[in-house]
Order: sequence, then structure tokens, then C-alpha cells
Amino acid sequence: MSARRRAGESSVVTGLVAFTFDGRDLTAEPGQSIAAALLAAGIRSWRTTRVGGRPRGLFCGIGICFDCLVTVNGTASRRACLTEVGGGDRVEHQEGAGHADDAC
Amino acid sequence: MPTTPAERTRDPDAFDIAVIGAGPAGLAAAVAAVAGGASVALIDGSPRSGGQYWRHRPADDGALHHDWSAFSRLRDGVAAGTSAGRLVHLAGHAVWHVERTAEGYAVHAVADERDVEIHTGRVIIATGAYDRQLPFPGWTLPGVFTAGGAQALFKGQGVVAGRRVVIAGTGPLLLPLAAGLAGAGAKVAGVFEAGRPTGILRRPMTVARAGKVRESLGYASAFARHRIAYRTGLTVVAAHGTDAVQAVTVARLDTDWNVVPGTEERITCDALAVGYGFTPQVELAADLGCELVLDPDGSMVVRVDERQRSSVDGAWVAGEACGVGGSALALVEGELAGLQAAAAVTGLALDAPTFAMLERRRARLRAFASLLAATFPVRPGWQTWLADDTIVCRCEEVPAAALRDAVTDLGATDARTAKLFSRAGMGLCQGRVCGSAMAALVATASGRAVTAGDLAATTRRPIAVPITLGALATGPVAQSLETPPIPVAPPEEVSA
Amino acid sequence: MTTPTADVLIIGGGIMGASIAYHATAAGLSVTVLERGAIAGGTSSACEGNILVSDKGPGAELELALLSRRLWQRQAADLGAESFEFDAKEGVVVARHEAAATALRAFAAGQRDAGVEVQNMDLAGLLELEPNLARDVAGGAWYPQDAQVQPMLATARLLARARGRGGTVQGGTTVTGLIRDGERVTGVTTDSPTLPSITARWVVNAAGSWAADVAAMAGAPLPILPRRGFILVTEPLPVLIRHKVYTAEYVANVASGEASIQTSVVVEGTRSGTILIGASRERVGFDRTMNVEVLRRLAAQAIGVFPILAGVSLLRTYLGFRPYCPDHLPVIGEDPRAPGLIHAAGHEGAGIGLSAATGHLIAQVAAGITPDVDLSPFRPDRFGEVTA
Repeated sequence: MSARRRAGESSVVTGLVAFTFDGRDLTAEPGQSIAAALLAAGIRSWRTTRVGGRPRGLFCGIGICFDCLVTVNGTASRRACLTEVGGGDRVEHQEGAGHADDAC
Repeated sequence: MPTTPAERTRDPDAFDIAVIGAGPAGLAAAVAAVAGGASVALIDGSPRSGGQYWRHRPADDGALHHDWSAFSRLRDGVAAGTSAGRLVHLAGHAVWHVERTAEGYAVHAVADERDVEIHTGRVIIATGAYDRQLPFPGWTLPGVFTAGGAQALFKGQGVVAGRRVVIAGTGPLLLPLAAGLAGAGAKVAGVFEAGRPTGILRRPMTVARAGKVRESLGYASAFARHRIAYRTGLTVVAAHGTDAVQAVTVARLDTDWNVVPGTEERITCDALAVGYGFTPQVELAADLGCELVLDPDGSMVVRVDERQRSSVDGAWVAGEACGVGGSALALVEGELAGLQAAAAVTGLALDAPTFAMLERRRARLRAFASLLAATFPVRPGWQTWLADDTIVCRCEEVPAAALRDAVTDLGATDARTAKLFSRAGMGLCQGRVCGSAMAALVATASGRAVTAGDLAATTRRPIAVPITLGALATGPVAQSLETPPIPVAPPEEVSA
Repeated sequence: MTTPTADVLIIGGGIMGASIAYHATAAGLSVTVLERGAIAGGTSSACEGNILVSDKGPGAELELALLSRRLWQRQAADLGAESFEFDAKEGVVVARHEAAATALRAFAAGQRDAGVEVQNMDLAGLLELEPNLARDVAGGAWYPQDAQVQPMLATARLLARARGRGGTVQGGTTVTGLIRDGERVTGVTTDSPTLPSITARWVVNAAGSWAADVAAMAGAPLPILPRRGFILVTEPLPVLIRHKVYTAEYVANVASGEASIQTSVVVEGTRSGTILIGASRERVGFDRTMNVEVLRRLAAQAIGVFPILAGVSLLRTYLGFRPYCPDHLPVIGEDPRAPGLIHAAGHEGAGIGLSAATGHLIAQVAAGITPDVDLSPFRPDRFGEVTA
């Protein structure tokens, strides 16, 4: 398991939350954001930009920069830093603005 | 606008006071307002109160936080107000617009993708601040975080940004961030303070009166214990890597923050946390027509009088939104605003000794805040770190050259025009991250200083957070004192 | 020190002033543009950049629009289409109900006779053009001549070309009065310490929504009033909507003189991926207060035409003031009440589209050439008793 830090948490840890990222099985601490869980797993980027196709991940961590967008259960452009991991969540990297299935 | 107790019940579904923001200022304001006899809606976009300063997860016991006991007291105050039927904590309600109505104000928020409307006689705006950023080559690489972002990750999520972290920028936040990360086991490869904060050493009484001596000594000892180098007059001027940060270039700066040639050092790292102070979040106040002023710190802040009143009747402001000054100042201003607003509702006079005590504390803390602002200014030489292709607007991927061309080729004479020419500031974050940098670059290209007008281009946001067209079209759910709020998170676990 | 002089002195640095400057300098005239704020800072920065022929019935305005569309194509070739994102994106008009579909067919027939390219479309045809369109549409029409530009960039490029041909553009300069020699307008005074007055053969009022103020200075009032519109801007998206799409009700709303809020659906994508949604019309003077009810209505109507928009986020909103005349035609030409003063204003919601023709025609007037279009429908003194 990756080197997640447990500093400061209460000693009783409730069950970890299971989710997938691009099909890969991962877990998160309860209440943890998608961004934090991905970073804890060593994943630093989860989308590519619209114009330059460059990788982005977490930047401001508090929901104001909109860099950390990711697709969750088919919904595009969720801010990974604000979205808490739900059990069974299907998280996928996002290309540009997402919504690829609706594009015409 | 209701001004007497008889008038305040004109709209039976309206709250007396809506407090926007549940950080230190908002919590203090809400608890004080309830104590002062008002009914209060405490509205915040996060699932739990605490703002950024006390950002935490449900099971958190505060070991990683400062002044957790103050937060616990306020959180208990909110719970008590709720039990007494005098306060509703609207967590997970992100305010997208505030407007004036005949009876006072209507606050529009989005919660769980629904539009919620809260009517109130008065508002207290406590919307806080977020990191101020300066662009530099490579800053868009994954693994580069804002200092506040690395802090939020650590305090709020229990995750350390990387194994080998460089911390850079300017301002006092760099210190607790380094100490905290090192305490959690990260290797802090250095803290690079761009400024030369010796000024603060010449004002020991200001520091002492603000109660900051113990905190400062605490950082000094943590740095010694973890052997963290705190180097001043240097900062990160470039980040390197293919798809994530692998190294940074640190360089010595002159007093204007130009790079001193030949002083560049390359430092390996897998994370960079960078921050250059804070930008107050004032769009809701701007929406209401509150007067804004250009702070000596270089940001637009809401102008308030000694009672924390804005220029708009019935709208108070507390905390970073009326001037960056830290959590202790936010607590005092919030309490003052809450008591003042409640007194306006009830018509009862404020207790003079209480008011005087709070004012004195506010004065001491404001003096310290001014000292910090003077100690950690942003100097203009950062503009010379940029290459033509350095991204300035992260959302729309607009390079520095495009902003300069907007002035030189296209004839832009202000930041708004440059924004509309280049798309800088028009992406999802609506200029929150790039706004001050863009204003500075446009001003420099125009051969003048930044004006309030330049900053207005990315300060006013009539839509403060995104809301789906469907929620907008469906129309709002009304939220009153009696209505159970839309739940958006598991209930807060109150520590025993 | 001699007073500077120009052949053409243009008041207003928006799309209209820019177009006149571009065309007048092309005709070899010396031009000065005075703008009180930032270039393109008025309605030109608060619109969608549309070039439409589809929304105009046979008449003087349509004639102007057809000429303007051709001139825009030439301007794109001259300045570089990408330099202001000229997009020949075509228009699609949809009728929600059978009665509107019938009316639209009749309207289109008249347009066709007047030279507009238009093809009636049934639902199947509309869905091929716009796969995300709602299925409950009764009929529609396709207008291949409709186009779009980025209006800020267009204004800047036109002015830059004018400067390159010797024109002067000065921002932050307010015209404080008109200079007259007898009855004739011969120049302006300004608040600029470096350019306090300029004499000119022709003074052009291109002040858009504020043109009535300039006309009043000349004692030749114009009934140009602001008609406020809001535009919703969505988050950036991949292409969900390919054309400019609007409902047949839009045409009726433009023709309405009602003061109460009029809304119709106008939806289109942009190069940056955002979708723009309009359109509303209110007569509230220059009030800049946001109207949440209007936003809700625009959102609801847009979802009615493109259901997929329900889950799309509103990112920002902006408002603009269309300069409109009571008969919904612009004012173009020399003012007989103030010789030497030319007006080029009052284009309502068609300013960007009609600017190319207006610039060309005004340049002809200034150069002493008979204009290519009869300007009598647009004459400034057509309004009878006007209170300033």
C-alpha cells in the first residue's frame, strides 16, 4: 500500500472506500477527496487540457482553480478536490472539456 | 430596509441575518449574531464549517490544526443555535449570487445541483481569500501546488503533497506548511522566501501584542528539528519535468525580484508548493455594489467602517474579504460584525465595554497584519521570469506573449479589454488565479501602474460559482428558518 | 499651434467607428477616431458577434445586411479570417409550433425573392444539421449565409488596419462639444489636454447606445435608446451545437416595441467551446443590475430547444445595451439639420453584422461618391417630432 500519512487521525479507522480510476482498483480513506486519494496512490494528473493537451492534476486544492477536473460515474468536470470518494465510484481521466459522448 | 424590531418581521420566511462563509469570520459572526438575538442562516459551500483555516474531515481531532479549541467552541455555538431553532447551517450551499430586494436581500445558492433561495434582512459577507499566484515557467506541471492547496491536502485530507517537497513564495504561510509537512514525514528540500522579511524583526512589540511570539518560536524550533533550510531573497523561478514536476530552478532575487544572473540552482523534487500571499474573494460584495478599494497589499478589498459596515446599507463584511489579516483578526471582525448586525435587528444597544475590547484587539491584530503586508510585498520583477510561452491563464492556456500583444498589437489599454482579446480570465476560474498577474502584465505593457479598474476585470463575477442551466430553469427551493436544509454531506461529527 | 485636422473625425471606437475608419482610410481619407473609454468598450464588447441575414425580412435593412455579409467576407480575406475568428457557421431557425412553422415558410419565401439563400427544413433535416435539437420541433429553415466573428478582435483588427493607413485612434478621450461654422459642423472639442480640439470635413457620430447624446450636442436629436440584453455563457464544451440556432419567435420580438421583458431563444457555440445563450430585450435605461428572472427564462427556453443543456453549467453572464430606434432601422447618413455631421448609429442588435456596409457607405458619403445603397430609409431626420 502506498505511503499515506495518518498523522493526526483518530486511532479508529473505519473501512476504506473502494473505487476505480481508469479501471484500476484504488481505495480512499472515508471522507477523502478524489484528488487526495489519487495523489496518495501516486497519481499526479488525471486530465488533459482543451487546447494544448497538457496534463493537469491538483493545484489550489480548495475548489477555485478548476484545474483538477475529472469525470465521475460518467459526469464530466467534477472538481476532484471537492468531490468526496463514494464507494464504487468510477473515476476516469478527462480529455479537455469531457462530454465526449455528446459531441457532434 | 428594516431598521426597527417591528419592521424586521415583514417577511416571515426571511432570516434576520445571512452569514455567507463559515470560516473563522463567518463562524464568529453567526454565533455572535445568534447571541445578540437574531435568527441566522450560516451559508457555506463546504460540507463542514471551518473555512480554509480549519479545513478538516469528519474524524479529525484537530491535531494538525491551530487553535482548534476556538473552532470547537464556535462549532458548539452553531450547534446550540441550531438546537434553539435560531440558526440554520446551510452546509454545501455555494452562493452564486446575492441581490437586494425590497425587504433586504435574496441569497442564491446551489446545493446538490438545486437552486436555493434564502431571504434575509441583512447579510454579513465573510467569503475569505485564496492563494495569490504568480506565473512562472513550468508552473502548470502536475505536482506544482499552491501553498494553500498543499496545506489543505495535508490538514484537510491527511495527504502529503510529495516525498521531496520544495516550498517557495512569500509570506508567513510558508512556515506552518513546512513544519507540518516535515512533521508528517516529508522531506522538505528547502523553504525559499522571495522577500527579505527583516522588517518584522524590527517591530517586536507589534508581533508580541498580536500574540505571535510563541507561534514564531514554534516554527523556528520545528525548522531546526527537521533541518529545514529557510532561505530568504530566493525563490523558484522555473519548474521542470515532462508530465509532472521533477526539479525546480531556484535563484537569488534583487530587491525588485529580478533574478540575479548566475545564482540559479537546480533542486530535485516531486512536489512544489508555492504561494505569494492571498487574494480576498469579494465578488458577492461587488455584486451588491459595495465600494471596493485597492489595498496596499495590491488586492481589491471591500471598504468597511469601524463597525464592519460596507458602503451598502444592511451589508457587513468581516475577515479576509475586507483586508487580509489572518484568522485571529477574522474572529474579532466576525464577532464585531455579528454583534453589530444583531443590534441593528433588535434595536438594542451594543455593550460598550465588549465593543471597546473587541476594537482594541482588532487594532492590535490589524497592526500586525499591516506589518506582515509590508514585510512580504510582491515586487514587480517576477514579470521578468516569464518566457513568451509561459502560460499566464491556466484555464484557457493563454501565454504571456498573448497578453502583451493584446496591448501592443491590438490596442488594449486596460485589463478588461486585454481579457476579452486574449481570453485570459475567461475560463472556468473566471480570473481568480490569473487576475492579479494579468492586471500587472497589462499595466506594465501599457507603461503604467495597476489600477483598481484593471482588477475590476476579474473581481466582479455576477455568477460567483457555476450553476447548471437546469437548476436555474427549474427555479429555487425556498429556505427559511423552519425548513430542513438540503443535506449534502454526512452530519458533522461533534467531538466529545 | 495649429488645430489638428482630419477628413473624417469619428466619435466612438466600437465596431461601427472601426469599420468606418477602415473603409475611409481605404478610400484615401485621413481619419481620427476618438473613444471616451477603451476601444470596443461599449456594446461591441457585450454582444455575440453575429452577422445575420436570416432574421431580416425584405426591405432596407435586409439590403444592407446582404451587402454587409459580402463585405465581411472581403474583410476576412483582407485581415485574415482567423485574426478575428470569422466563422461562416450558418444559421438554423426552428419553429416550435405548426403556426410558427407556417409563418416561417412564408417569411422565408419573401426572403428568397429578395436574394437570401434559405432552405426549408423538416424535423429530419433539422436533426441532421443539429443532432442535439429537441424532437418536438415543427419545422425550420437553414440559412447558409449567417456568420459570426469575435467582435472585440474584429474591432481591434479594423482599427489596426486604419492606423496602418495613417489613421489616428485615441482612447480615453471624451468629445465635449461640436465646433460649428455657421450651420455647418466643422470639428469637435475634447477633454484631452494633448488634443483639445480637432477640425474635420466630416464628423461622424458612431457612439452607439450613446449616439443620442452626440446628436443632442448638435441640436439634431435622435430617438436612439438602449435596449438591454443578457447573454448566458456556459462552461467550455466540445461541439454540441454546430450553427447559430434561434427560434422563429426571435423575429417577432425584435419588431416589438413593448417595454416589458421580451425573451426568445438564441443559442450558439463559440471557438472557445463556450455556448452563448440569449436573447432578452428590456427597456430599463442603462441599468446594470442583474435580473435573475431573465436568466431563468433564458435557461429554460434554451433547454426547451436543446435538452442536453440542462446538465451544462452557467459560467458567467454579461449584459449589453443595444442602440435602437423606434422603427428598428439604423440612422446612416448626413444630418440635414446639422450639415457636416454624419450619423452611423442605432443598429440595435445587428450592429456587428451591419457594420461592414455602414462603414463602406459612410466612407462613400465622406468621399463624395454616391452610396451603393439608397440611404433615404435611414435618414436622420425621418422621425418627426423628437424630444431629445
